[in-house]
Amino acid sequence: MGEFLLVTIQVDMHDRLARTLQDDLTSQIERTGAKGVLIDISALEMVDSFIGRMIANISAMSRILDASTVLVGMRPAVAITLVELGLSLPGVDTALDVERGMKLLRARLAPSPRHARRQV
Amino acid sequence: MAQARVRTADILKNDTTGLLAEWMSELRTRSDNRISGTDIEGQATELLKLVATAAAVSTDTGSADWAPVRAFLDEVSRTRAQQGFSAQETATFLFSLKKPLFSRIRQAAEKDPVALSEETWAATEMVDALGMHTVKAYQKSREEVILRQQEEMLELSTPVVKLWDGIIALPMIGTLDSARTQIVMESLLQRIVDIGAEIAIIDITGVPTVDTLVAQHLLKTVTAIRLMGADCIISGIRPQIAQTIVHLGVELGDVTTKATLADALAIALERTGQTVSKVKAS
Repeated sequence: MGEFLLVTIQVDMHDRLARTLQDDLTSQIERTGAKGVLIDISALEMVDSFIGRMIANISAMSRILDASTVLVGMRPAVAITLVELGLSLPGVDTALDVERGMKLLRARLAPSPRHARRQV
Repeated sequence: MAQARVRTADILKNDTTGLLAEWMSELRTRSDNRISGTDIEGQATELLKLVATAAAVSTDTGSADWAPVRAFLDEVSRTRAQQGFSAQETATFLFSLKKPLFSRIRQAAEKDPVALSEETWAATEMVDALGMHTVKAYQKSREEVILRQQEEMLELSTPVVKLWDGIIALPMIGTLDSARTQIVMESLLQRIVDIGAEIAIIDITGVPTVDTLVAQHLLKTVTAIRLMGADCIISGIRPQIAQTIVHLGVELGDVTTKATLADALAIALERTGQTVSKVKAS
């Protein structure tokens, strides 16, 4: 999608799938030179600590590859679970839905692609 | 002993009408207008019938033969509790059966003092056991009432209101504990999704004290809101609470805090790119 990559997680992630996603995504960023990644987890109903860490890792990896990550569409139950697990995902940007996530990415890229992160 | 027991059962069975009449007159002396005489009479008749049936089979009030009696007493206690009777009044309903029952036992066993005392003792045990059961059931139904009220209060105390386009507020009132925080968090997050709110304001004006636990709960809620992709502002921090928070060494991190709800709304409007201005007088 333009200079952004959109990742939609439709099924419940199990560990191997998560690792495959990690591989795919990093190679895609490298290939397309994407500047931003949107991860849509609105269909995700369950998370565990592994998935939580995986999300944080993916975000960190994309940052190294010069693409900012926005996590969109997290469900309330998932958010509560992550907090209870003690995973507050510091440094990962979030947005309510894909549209707003896109807006956030554009706003970040517009003035200067490597501009400071949004403070929350 | 077995022989003696049967006699009480016989009295209960054969002289039901007389026993009932005397019991009723006993009850009437204490009755008030919360429950009608016919209701009491109906309950008493039913109870006597059940007790007579059960006593004929077994002397153990805890046994399965007495189960219908216990179920009936549960029901009576529950309705009494709902009508606002005290535990004492509820138990008296049963204990007032003693007098007519004992006088009948005395008549039946007049010639035999040993049988008389044994019989009286057995009857006392029976009525006491039933009375205790009544009190227990009464207590239980009262606790149920309290529990239900507590839940209702919990529901009432977590209203999430929409302040503006994309801005919702949660005025918190009362002490925050783990169970409440959980409900608050759930309803707030759900509303964020429903409305698509970008900013949530938590107003803690009505929270009397903030300790480390409360602060931790607050931080958890803020983190969850951030994970959802919305911003959170905490407002309504009173001077004492600000002092307490600093004294406790609670790190609120980079959470935006404002003294009043108005300030919070102002910054929320600013962040969402909206302004409110006075209509100019022409």
